Amino acid sequence: MSTETRDILQSAADWQAAGRKVALATVVSTWGSAPRPAGSQLAIAENGDFVGSVSGGCVEGAVVAEALEIMRSGTPKQLDFGVSNDEAWEVGLACGGKISVFVERLE
Amino acid sequence: MKRELLDRLLADRAAQRTVVVATHLASGDQRLIHPGDNDPLAAEAALAIRSDKPRTVETADGDVFLNVFNPPLRMIIVGAVHIAQALAPMAAMTGYDVTIVDPRQAWATPERFPDIRILDAWPDEALAELKPDHRTAIVTLTHDPKLDDPALQAALSSDAFYIGSLGSRGTHAKRIQRLETAGFDESRHSRIHGPVGLNIGAKSPAEIAVSIMGQVTAALRGAAA
Repeated sequence: MSTETRDILQSAADWQAAGRKVALATVVSTWGSAPRPAGSQLAIAENGDFVGSVSGGCVEGAVVAEALEIMRSGTPKQLDFGVSNDEAWEVGLACGGKISVFVERLE
Repeated sequence: MKRELLDRLLADRAAQRTVVVATHLASGDQRLIHPGDNDPLAAEAALAIRSDKPRTVETADGDVFLNVFNPPLRMIIVGAVHIAQALAPMAAMTGYDVTIVDPRQAWATPERFPDIRILDAWPDEALAELKPDHRTAIVTLTHDPKLDDPALQAALSSDAFYIGSLGSRGTHAKRIQRLETAGFDESRHSRIHGPVGLNIGAKSPAEIAVSIMGQVTAALRGAAA
């Protein structure tokens, strides 16, 4: 576990303490050549600020957009990205891998 | 994630305690699992901790993701010798928090080891203070029994994932005899990698450091070496 992950979780805690809505995204599984391993995390604040990564930059935009929705609804969601996905043309992974990302609101 | 759980997770991290976050993926329900906890997924969590690899477990209630938060990797090097001058920066580059232990003040100087933490203490005292855990590698490089032996005895009484000791086959055989006399039988002293390092024909101090770093990596990642 890197110091990077510590900073991501601390950022999430700090943002929430400052009164902002926060979501956490975690890579829960990967297939093929995925840029970031399972366990990698991204913290997102309601104004769109984010720290960390769940890919090499390929799907962060889509994850942030979903995270903003999940901040409102409070319902956690598992997002799948990869070549077999309908969204592949928009946000598919250039490396050809697949990843599954769990996104949740910090309550 | 509930704020209360995040705060406990951050506290575990700050205290360098190993912890697993178990997330029920369908509902988002979460709990923390610590080593030794009485939890239905304790065995799966222990496996994830050992391999330092998060994993998803299928249960009757649905998939549960186990995210591992291990304390940082550490390397304790006993002996501020020439090989240590190569091994310490190499281990730091590989992601280890490195401490050099040597009570001989002429050896353990900041000039010889810039940016590396040095403890000028006796190895048994130093190890009692450093409390090596399952994320710690211990390497003795002095081949002086009065420094190496107490370090090895403390190492063998810890959960260190790697213990290596520099010295020729002959030196190592004598070391093993002394450990047996001290009450460490083969089931315990067989954890020691000696002569230390992978057999890559290393000659120079830096090459020996490479062979040690390779062997430590193999032990960490569970590869045969």
